[in-house]
Amino acid sequence: MIRFDNASKVYSRGARPALDGIDVEIERGDFVFLVGSSGSGKTTFLKLVLREERPTSGDIWVAGRHLNRLSNWRVPQLRREIGTVFQDFRLLPNKTVYQNVAFALEVIGKSRRDVKATVPEMLELVGLAGKERRLPHELSGGEQQRVAIARAFVNHPPILLCDEPTGNLDPGTSVGIMRLLDRINRTGTTVLMATHDDEIVDQMRKRVIELKGGQLVRDQDRGVYGLETV
Amino acid sequence: MRLRFIAGEVWNGLRRNSTMALSVALVTFVSLTFVGAAALTQMQVQQLKDAWYGQVEVSIFLCQPDAFEENCVEGAVTTVQQDEILAVLEEGNVADRVESVYVETREEVYDNIVAADDSGVYAQLEPEDLAPVLRVKLHDPEQFQVVADATAGLPGVQSVYDQREVFDDLFSLLNSATILAAVLAGVMMLTAILLITTTIRLSALSRRRETNIMRMVGASRSLIQAPFMLEGAAAATGGAVMAIAGLWLAVKYFVEGWLTGSVAWVDYVGREDVWAVAPWLILAAVGLALIASLLTLKRYTRA
Repeated sequence: MIRFDNASKVYSRGARPALDGIDVEIERGDFVFLVGSSGSGKTTFLKLVLREERPTSGDIWVAGRHLNRLSNWRVPQLRREIGTVFQDFRLLPNKTVYQNVAFALEVIGKSRRDVKATVPEMLELVGLAGKERRLPHELSGGEQQRVAIARAFVNHPPILLCDEPTGNLDPGTSVGIMRLLDRINRTGTTVLMATHDDEIVDQMRKRVIELKGGQLVRDQDRGVYGLETV
Repeated sequence: MRLRFIAGEVWNGLRRNSTMALSVALVTFVSLTFVGAAALTQMQVQQLKDAWYGQVEVSIFLCQPDAFEENCVEGAVTTVQQDEILAVLEEGNVADRVESVYVETREEVYDNIVAADDSGVYAQLEPEDLAPVLRVKLHDPEQFQVVADATAGLPGVQSVYDQREVFDDLFSLLNSATILAAVLAGVMMLTAILLITTTIRLSALSRRRETNIMRMVGASRSLIQAPFMLEGAAAATGGAVMAIAGLWLAVKYFVEGWLTGSVAWVDYVGREDVWAVAPWLILAAVGLALIASLLTLKRYTRA
């Protein structure tokens, strides 16, 4: 589903590479934690998957597409196959819960009927049924993140990227979000989650990929957050 | 769905940014008014040329008895010389450009001079002191120089005079007015492009959150950019409509209402000419907005 073949990214000439010769393969339906300290290259990794950046060298395949050769006008097609969730939710403050989720479908040209059928289903899935007409500021942090997840997944993309989705949430709320992501993963969706949250990584016992200084230092099935320090 | 979405975005954008939209409309209004005024002035020049040149003639003055021009060294024009000149005009290689030649006799020339002379200065002249004049009408008055070259050197021709010279001052005045209007229009258009660029940039920055989400969920680049482009185009088109209305009012009240009444011997441009210019002004407005969008959007709504 996602494959990095000796992929490196150097932002400015002469600088230390943000990612250095990464070789990794993530299969369809995997749940993978991407861990590492700030500046380890997690964000660059996600940006490469989204084709926000291109690799300086090496090859990247995502959802059957060779990103090195993907032309700019095809990038939107790629992004329709990737849902993205961020630490800061990134909801539109003047749109309701329903409108925020519907927005993602409207802008890719789905019909009104599709939107009307899909959005309530998705809000039900993330546990927000009955809160369609609330505005984001009327919701708790956890609920806002659920809206963001609903928006990312409403189009049923085969890949879900999460960049610190629990970073702004308390531990109890985070567990709820992780349960939701796990549920989504069970539908066959590949989930790639960058995180600092060691408790969650340790509890979930999923595959862990650790980056350090732009290099892949660990790729472990059913791993924990800080293996080296244990 | 997408059309509704784009229309909604455009409407929201214009509403949220109404003062900027108004300023874009106004600057476009002023610049296109100058463009339209320049176009109408040129149409007026063309109209005057068509109307007046059809009536003007080239006058070939034949040698008077006391003429000292070099073609007149033998004194007054002879009948043989006059026939030769006529032959050049009617059968020579300029014949196809000549519509008609009227020979104004000495007596007619004399009568015309005396009739036009209020002071009596010319009363002592006799028809014998004068020479006939050939009044030549051309198919195309612009071909004056060719006819003048063919006849000016012939023996018996004292001088060749083109009545168009009378109008040249007026036309050069109108042409200067056109150039002035065009230069002002150019400066204002540049201002309009810069202002629209700034407006679109502000609009794109204020809606960054939206456009980022759109990029993220896979909206096409054209869908992301369309609302901004249309917003600029809508504001600029508003300006074009104002410019057309302004020109229409100016022609109706100034040209048709006042000039036609006070200087009646001229054929003026009319409201129908404003309608002829109108589509071009709207096209220009949309063009302005598109240029400005292309200059801006690439940087602010990247894929």
